Amino acid sequence: MTNSERLQTLQRRIGEAAGDAVQASSIELGELTVDLAVDALHEICQKLHVGENFAFDTLIDICGVDYLHYRKEAGEDWTRPRFAVVYHLLSTSRNQRLRLRVFIEESSPIVDSVIDIWKSADWFEREVFDLFGILFKGHPDLRRILTDYGFVGHPFRKDFPLTGHVEMRYDAEKGRVVYQPVSIEPRVLVPRVIREEGYGG
Amino acid sequence: MAELHNYTLNFGPQHPAAHGVLRLVLEMDGEVIQRADPHIGLLHRATEKLAESKPYNQSIGYMDRLDYVSMMSNEHAYVLAIEKLLGIEVPLRAQYIRVMFDEITRILNHLLWLAGHGLDIGAMTMFLYCFREREDLMDIYEAVSGARLHATYYRPGGVYRDLPDRMPQYETSKWHNQKDVDRMNENRQGSVLDFIWDFTERFPAHVDEYETLLTDNRIWKQRTVGIGVVSPERAKNLGFSGPMLRGSGVEWDLRKKQPYEVYDRLDFDIPVGTNGDTYDRYLVRIEEFRQSNRIIRQCVEWLRNNHGAVMVEDHKIVPPKRETMKHDMEALIHHFKLFTEGFCVPEGQAYAAVEHPKGEFGIYLVSDGANKPYRVKIRAPGFAHLSALDEMSNGHMLADVVAIIGTQDIVFGEVDR
Repeated sequence: MTNSERLQTLQRRIGEAAGDAVQASSIELGELTVDLAVDALHEICQKLHVGENFAFDTLIDICGVDYLHYRKEAGEDWTRPRFAVVYHLLSTSRNQRLRLRVFIEESSPIVDSVIDIWKSADWFEREVFDLFGILFKGHPDLRRILTDYGFVGHPFRKDFPLTGHVEMRYDAEKGRVVYQPVSIEPRVLVPRVIREEGYGG
Repeated sequence: MAELHNYTLNFGPQHPAAHGVLRLVLEMDGEVIQRADPHIGLLHRATEKLAESKPYNQSIGYMDRLDYVSMMSNEHAYVLAIEKLLGIEVPLRAQYIRVMFDEITRILNHLLWLAGHGLDIGAMTMFLYCFREREDLMDIYEAVSGARLHATYYRPGGVYRDLPDRMPQYETSKWHNQKDVDRMNENRQGSVLDFIWDFTERFPAHVDEYETLLTDNRIWKQRTVGIGVVSPERAKNLGFSGPMLRGSGVEWDLRKKQPYEVYDRLDFDIPVGTNGDTYDRYLVRIEEFRQSNRIIRQCVEWLRNNHGAVMVEDHKIVPPKRETMKHDMEALIHHFKLFTEGFCVPEGQAYAAVEHPKGEFGIYLVSDGANKPYRVKIRAPGFAHLSALDEMSNGHMLADVVAIIGTQDIVFGEVDR
């Protein structure tokens, strides 16, 4: 069976197992992406983990995405929920990969934690929480992980400036490190552009 | 008698055995670890956010600086992801060069791991031995890219340039007279491929040397056997990959299972451990030295006999030759556009993973059709490994934590990103 046939079989099986929870699924560039409804995520992950035809024993990665400025340069507005959490799963026994994606609204950025299914979700979820401010219900220890102690804000959101809001320096008078508003101006060396297909011949 | 309670011990962030900037908060019952809480992020540079603000080409250098002991492997995943979205096929010679440098990088990484791991648990000599071989490999890096560490050699569409015909030579100085220099230049008379070949001739004997020092060494075994045991099921659940997973007895290697570039044309074996302890992971990595050496030799043989392009011809992605730019208007425009704007990548998402020396290193790329990535997510193997430190060190002695950090082969450039 070729790779694309195997992916189609997997796509069909997930459709059967998840039913209405599948919002969309597509095979592009040899990768299967399944968009799921947020409240069904945990249940489906459970099935994908234990199901004989799935056997996704490893959670490779969890990635947060903020779609706020998606295709802004092309003059398009993003109409779907602002945030997405993307799960990359791997089955070592069946040698297959799968990408799950759940979209979540900015007003209630909460997803069920999958830490009870895959232990590796622990830090991945902490990271998404830290950088995007997405909450994981059921995570036992949802602390910041990459940013500084006492950091304010979620730096990977698209409305968070690249330069940040505060900088730190050593204050000789006070004899300690102090935080102050950033003194550098954000600058863009190469503007972001979206060109139409076949641009430039 | 006074009642004894658990106490917490702060380990790092400035500790030589912490492999960089790891801060561990250990909850101890006497000498025994009850809970280990790693505090990471001290080296967080927001590489992913920086990459979002730059054209695709300009972020390759950031990838080198993630896992700064296996530079080219990081670049590899990044350029693979871009190539996947662009839908371009890399020339065969470039694929062989990439595979060869991936394996050189694997040896580089494992040498530093062995040096550091040895030093951490008392084998000082290893450090000196390993750095001796690293020197040669970094000279190879320098010969092809001009930089000993952060090469930026892989580009979307191939590699930056073909292998040079001549190896750089030492010159006489205050410290080295002509006789010394002649001796040092002895194996540098031919091309880079000859130098690499010479290295692969010597290297297996060096691996034997390391093994003589460690494999049957009583002290080494006392420090590693039965330390940090992880069962195969647990290893998968914890998101392990690479030697950490294979040490637990799972035969999983992307080079075999999901081959990229030309790995399916090459002959090599995948070493697998049985007990899942620190000693088995040591044996797995030692065997990977020999297997990488085998792959490099096959690549050198192929590269000697087959010539051709090392970059695709598409000047929308790859800059034209400087020589053509002098007389060809179109080439000049291409060059200008490429360096002021970069290239636009079709809308979509792609995940590309390579078998990095430390495990599965992946890049998840989301493009909205612009000249800069919309989102880059770096899947670093060390991040998943370090998150399991608590589980692995539970019930072990304080000194074993050092052995476990060593066996995880942690580099903070990639953990903190």
